[in-house]
Amino acid sequence: MTDTKRNDVILLLVVAFFALFAPIILNPFPSDGPLAQFNAGYPDLMQRFVIYGIFAIGFNILFGLTGYLSFGHAAFLGVGSYSAVWMFKLLSMNIIPAIVLGVLISGLFALVIGFISLRRSGIYFSILTLAFAQMSYNLAYSVFTPITNGETGLQILLSDPRILDAPTGTAQPVTSLFGLEMRDTFLAFEYLGRDFQFTYGYYVCAIILLISFYISMRIFRSPFGTMLRAVKTNQNRLSYTGVNTRPYTLTAFVISGMYAGLAGALLACMDPLAGAERMQWTASGEVVLMTILGGAGTLLGPVLGAGFIKYFENILSRINDNVLEAWFAFMPDGMSDFFVVIVHPFVGKGWHLTLGLMFMAVVIFLPGGLMDGAKRIIDWVSGKNRASKRGAKAPAPAE
Amino acid sequence: MSGFSMNRRGVLKSGAVLGAGLAMPTIFTSAARAYTNEPTGANVTLGFNVPQSGAYADEGADELRAYELAVEHLNGEGDGGMLNTFSSKELGGNGVNGKKVAFVTGDTQTKSDAARASAQSMIQKDGAVMITGGSSSGVAIAVQGLCQEAGVIFMAGLTHSNDTTGKDKKANGFRHFFNTEMSGAALGPILESNYGKERTAYHLTADYTWGWSQEGSMKTYTESIGWNTAAAVRTPLGAGDFSQYLTPVLNSGADTLILNHYGRDMVNSLTQAVQFGMRDKVVNGNDFVVVVPLYSRLMAQGAGDNVKGIFGSTNWHWSLQDEGSKAFVKSFGTKYGFPPSQAAHTCYCQTLLYADAAQRAGTFNPCGIVEALEGFEFDGLGNGPTLYRAEDHQCFKPVLVVKGKDNPTSQYDLLEVVDVTPTEQVMYAPDHPDFAGGDLGECNPGA
Repeated sequence: MTDTKRNDVILLLVVAFFALFAPIILNPFPSDGPLAQFNAGYPDLMQRFVIYGIFAIGFNILFGLTGYLSFGHAAFLGVGSYSAVWMFKLLSMNIIPAIVLGVLISGLFALVIGFISLRRSGIYFSILTLAFAQMSYNLAYSVFTPITNGETGLQILLSDPRILDAPTGTAQPVTSLFGLEMRDTFLAFEYLGRDFQFTYGYYVCAIILLISFYISMRIFRSPFGTMLRAVKTNQNRLSYTGVNTRPYTLTAFVISGMYAGLAGALLACMDPLAGAERMQWTASGEVVLMTILGGAGTLLGPVLGAGFIKYFENILSRINDNVLEAWFAFMPDGMSDFFVVIVHPFVGKGWHLTLGLMFMAVVIFLPGGLMDGAKRIIDWVSGKNRASKRGAKAPAPAE
Repeated sequence: MSGFSMNRRGVLKSGAVLGAGLAMPTIFTSAARAYTNEPTGANVTLGFNVPQSGAYADEGADELRAYELAVEHLNGEGDGGMLNTFSSKELGGNGVNGKKVAFVTGDTQTKSDAARASAQSMIQKDGAVMITGGSSSGVAIAVQGLCQEAGVIFMAGLTHSNDTTGKDKKANGFRHFFNTEMSGAALGPILESNYGKERTAYHLTADYTWGWSQEGSMKTYTESIGWNTAAAVRTPLGAGDFSQYLTPVLNSGADTLILNHYGRDMVNSLTQAVQFGMRDKVVNGNDFVVVVPLYSRLMAQGAGDNVKGIFGSTNWHWSLQDEGSKAFVKSFGTKYGFPPSQAAHTCYCQTLLYADAAQRAGTFNPCGIVEALEGFEFDGLGNGPTLYRAEDHQCFKPVLVVKGKDNPTSQYDLLEVVDVTPTEQVMYAPDHPDFAGGDLGECNPGA
């Protein structure tokens, strides 16, 4: 076994360990304690970590390897969601056809958009993808309302045909995998004051994440991946040597779009609603942030970045003034008020501010993202840093 | 990474051992619960899911104030507010079913996705038995669907679209607020008596479920009194600048502008319409007028002098002189220093109605609550006698037609009540065509 191969196996196992034990690892605080606010181990958020992780892994195949910065990836996410919900409405509540259709349709969509957008590179490519995504968003929002149900979002109704399923009568149908209901908790227990919940939905997502991660790893290590890196390094030189790079970039774009479609379909599987705002440019920007924050071009980085951003979005935004007052209640009156005023702009609806500051700090001090930070710590601990400081620092990606 | 040796088998083994170890001392609690989030401690948790950012943030902030006030009153703090005037006397200010009421809050961002994520975390993480809130019908409908699936009650806040209790109605969802059909029915006669039968209307409509619903109802009722509709133009929610949509209005030959906008959208579009000098124009021999079908005091405040003389409808207004309204305005004013908006009122009522239903049912089981609320008749919550209709979970009560005051005495005294349209006039059959296509389904207790 070569060194890279061995490291890859270890990396995959580490990811598998964290993915499978996330419901325990993410619940470090007792559920009635003061820090329960920071627990992230509830199914909905964990599913989001994993799904946006898949989204970011896919984005990284395009951005991290070829350097093509797509600003319209949310369009594929949305297309995946809409396809999946239509599958639930028309065919069956089983998630398999929904995921398959979601991936296929978004792949087709990516083929069309990629074919046109990849005629340009750099900023022009970004603008083209952004334009397509905004176009899709506006179409979904107001033009295609019979298909997308506009701002309200596409929902599952009792009156949908669902030709493969037996009618559920008057009970709202739920998404399932051959009878395993996605929102069903198969195990819930309390241990040392911590509430642990294990749902089928999360484990379906986690297993798909592992498969996606493995595929992405294979792509990174394959000759195809090397070709994509060559595109990033110097596309002109490739052209001069007679290589036509377009098929490679287009393939990367389509794969990346299919990953986004998979993430979108999974979002719909976990919560059968598809809204147009999933396609908005802010959602496209978010995946760029995730990837850069975690470390573009690294295998694990995008997943970390996705988790980081979703954690802040869901945990920090729910700290309101009442919670703050409870935290600072031990202080004298004036001082606690002072601290509440100081902290207030950074939590609750101000979580974007905190995220922005963190993002700035990461970009300025850790240009390689969180993975860069992790690498520096490991180097520092193992003493590599002192040795490499003398010589030229190799720009190896932190993996 | 090469310092320690680790092979696949070793990792698998240790993982299995760890998993088994953690699973050993398990107490299975999932089977013990009769319904989703059955409260087992001394508290019962409610989830207040309101927009804290976006076009409806002002309404959201006021809703949150009302919720906090309602929780205080339910727990016996403060002066009790409308608990004292409410016709049902089950609640004694000592919590609900012997449990103290606690709450968690979240931000819907006026987006369906974010609202559902926030509601999910309230249900899964905080153990909320009831979710309430929503400004924006799109959000309310999305969250209502989620609550139906998860098996908790959804008490809709400010949502005015017909669809909430029409084609998207759900057994676990309830709405106290009125809807666009009622607005149309109440406004029609007033518009006829003030502006006559010969008019041409131009609609600007917020492009989502509420806007479509409002536009449809206003068209129905204005056309039934003989008005023409010149055009109906959809504008994106939260557009900010409406000048491009307003410019064509004057060239269209219309003499009436109907603004199917709410929140900051309405403040912006109305202000710009006035700045364009529209209200000083004379078209077809008629003075050009603006109608805002859904009005709120918060919006009137935002639009300032521009609202003078403009007609609209509202669910409730703080200047009402019945005992319930007075008690509510007094306790809200004492706590926050200004009168409540209609959004605050409906959210406060919904919290009380939920608590009362739980108390009467003796349980927080959604099916018990549904049973207690269906067909429930009550009074003393500021709107006069009110019915929670069993067929669609919609409240029926009189609707207020209001007009922007010409000489406001304070910054809150901006609207005057022109007419109180009686319940019979705004009542419609559950199978009304604008409400058709939905199915309540059956109550879902989850778990």
